[in-house]
Amino acid sequence: MLAHSLVFYLFSFITIASSIAVISARNTIHAVFFLILDFVSVSCLFIMMGAEFLGMLTLIVYVGAVAVLFLFVVMMLNVNYSDLKSGFLNYLPFGGLIGLVLIIEIGLMIGTWKYRDTFIKTSEIKINSNLSNTEAIGNVLYTEYLHYFQISGLILLVAMIGAILLTYRRKDNLKRQDITTQVSRERSESVQLEDVESFKGVKLND
Amino acid sequence: MIDISLGHYLFLASIIFTIGIVGIFLNRKNVIVLLMSVELILIAVNINLVAFSVYLQDIVGQVFTMFVLTVAAGEAAIGLAILVVFFRNKGSIHVEDINTLKG
Repeated sequence: MLAHSLVFYLFSFITIASSIAVISARNTIHAVFFLILDFVSVSCLFIMMGAEFLGMLTLIVYVGAVAVLFLFVVMMLNVNYSDLKSGFLNYLPFGGLIGLVLIIEIGLMIGTWKYRDTFIKTSEIKINSNLSNTEAIGNVLYTEYLHYFQISGLILLVAMIGAILLTYRRKDNLKRQDITTQVSRERSESVQLEDVESFKGVKLND
Repeated sequence: MIDISLGHYLFLASIIFTIGIVGIFLNRKNVIVLLMSVELILIAVNINLVAFSVYLQDIVGQVFTMFVLTVAAGEAAIGLAILVVFFRNKGSIHVEDINTLKG
């Protein structure tokens, strides 16, 4: 139990410290690296809680896709990041005040929170201790929540199409194959028969 | 202190959530850090969902965390694509320059 709590405090300390580093790092690349550290420690917390599948999924999706996407964009955009930081101290009192009020409010809410007996009856799908975490999620996801699952796939498709459409640039100086004009070509507009007299050339009217 | 309960995880999630909100307030100029703050907020929500799921022994919370993960991935992709297009058109990623819709 002691080791469990020590590991919890370690991971949560790393998570909080790296979150603060994300929003206050001078260099945006460093901020992305701290974001990766944050995601890794959160996924360790998930595994500690007993949600191994989600821990691994967080690692794959957040670190493998989202953070690398951020890294790509930060490296591709040639921006002077130092002057982006200039207003930081101006907003610090206001932002800090709002953050303080927010954390006090949420802390009060969690601190005075009482567990209601009937609250546990919100859902009938209980975790079966004989199944592994991945199996339990799969049992629910592909039966009860199949439509939600399909819609989330649709969301990813729309996001993919949107991202491609937004960043796609058509170059005008390239020769491209246009299937429609190729197929709709007719004989009359491309072939022309001429009677050629002997010892005279052909004059094409184009 | 020694026994790690639901409240510990909820408090951790609320701290990360607050840091994300404060990040949006502080980084008023850098859109990339704004997007990263949104990711922090989403991961705080995920911690909440997983903590309640484990505490209530109810798998549905973890299923919904997967959906939040999906939406977060799509949001990051679209947001960064918009950012790239904006940078192409304006040559900067200053938030103050985003005023074309002002009329």
